[in-house]
Amino acid sequence: MKKVYPSAEAALEGVLFDGMTIASGGFGLCGIPELLIAAIRKAGTKDLTVASNNAGVDGFGLGVLLESRQVKKMISSYVGENAEFMRQYLSGELELEFNPQGTLAERMRAGGAGIPGFYTRTGVGTVIAEGKEHKDFDGKTYILERAIVADLSIVKAWKADPSGNLVFRKTARNFNPPAATCGKLCVVEVEEIVPLGSLDPDAIHLPGIYVHRIVQGEHEKRIEQRTVRKKESV
Amino acid sequence: MPWDRNQMAARAAQELQDGWYVNLGIGIPTLVANYIPEGVSVTLQSENGMLGMGPFPYEGEEDPDLINAGKQTITELPQTAFFDSATSFAMIRGGKIAMAILGAMEVAENGDLANWMIPGKLVKGMGGAMDLVAGVGRVVVVMDHTSKHGESKVLKQCTLPLTGQGVVNRIITNLGVLDVVPGGLRIVELADGVTDADLRAATEATLVN
Repeated sequence: MKKVYPSAEAALEGVLFDGMTIASGGFGLCGIPELLIAAIRKAGTKDLTVASNNAGVDGFGLGVLLESRQVKKMISSYVGENAEFMRQYLSGELELEFNPQGTLAERMRAGGAGIPGFYTRTGVGTVIAEGKEHKDFDGKTYILERAIVADLSIVKAWKADPSGNLVFRKTARNFNPPAATCGKLCVVEVEEIVPLGSLDPDAIHLPGIYVHRIVQGEHEKRIEQRTVRKKESV
Repeated sequence: MPWDRNQMAARAAQELQDGWYVNLGIGIPTLVANYIPEGVSVTLQSENGMLGMGPFPYEGEEDPDLINAGKQTITELPQTAFFDSATSFAMIRGGKIAMAILGAMEVAENGDLANWMIPGKLVKGMGGAMDLVAGVGRVVVVMDHTSKHGESKVLKQCTLPLTGQGVVNRIITNLGVLDVVPGGLRIVELADGVTDADLRAATEATLVN
């Protein structure tokens, strides 16, 4: 089965439908599937529920799907940097479900691992725990969190081989592996597709079993907070 | 003179012990990295998927694939390891991180912490704060003792939505250091030039000996 597609549009063909749930990798603007997001914008798919740690910024990342009103609901841990997001949220046009960051990552991991839910200490005694099952283990209280299984995972990796084995780079890995595993179908964009056999099998971060479609492309890789130190100060 | 931001960070750095894995929050806690005592080697965790966080890069050497949890460009060190977000929070939830140093809006005498939302104001989200306070070995908060209007932020009970319940171990403010103990808070240390009476006057929480 051929997994490599010529473009992001081609890689998403026949996959998108209104009202679907999408799990996306990325932290801030680092390691986001920018090509697939642009292709979803082009396709115009509506009423999306998107599970992603953040919601992009105005004009980049998931922010472009908010601008075009394609998102019905976000499941995120932090949505600070996006004025359009706040406008839609405060006016009631956009639903938002806050998840603690580790709970969101584990919900994705569990969804991909066939675990329907898990108990966690995170959020006990806070608004996050309201309406959720509480259970004591060894004298401590935990809450039940449900797994996320998405219709589609959109993921950014550094390198892939044609069988879908993936390697990520530095902190651009972040939510990409858990997001990749929790989708019924996983589409990955990479900076480079390398020949079969050129990745060290001991150094593969995510095996190709989780990956259904791959596209290679140019990435802008925008920096959100450029912080530097001066050489003379050291 | 109460401590300034840097003096609070320097005091918080005294909490670090050799060999520890530590998570530093955004704001004053980030400054703690500048004051790590000589002979103390700690590994900084960044919850977006990194152990062994280095300083900011030199101009022109920024890497968009290498950021901290505040989305700032950073660098790696010889001992650096990268991993995914699920693994990152597994080590946090699993108690492998010895200590987190975090900012706070309010803290209460029972160790309750509020640092993520003010009802009616813009809510950005809790990020990884709820996971950190629920999972790490020890939670130290660094904060101003009072609001701009002079109201105590060290309270009998938090008024803001909680980040965690009974999670704080030690509080470092511009006025001094307090520990959460049975029955209330215990004064550990006063900032230079701050009297016991000053600190008591600025504290709503019950103080015990």
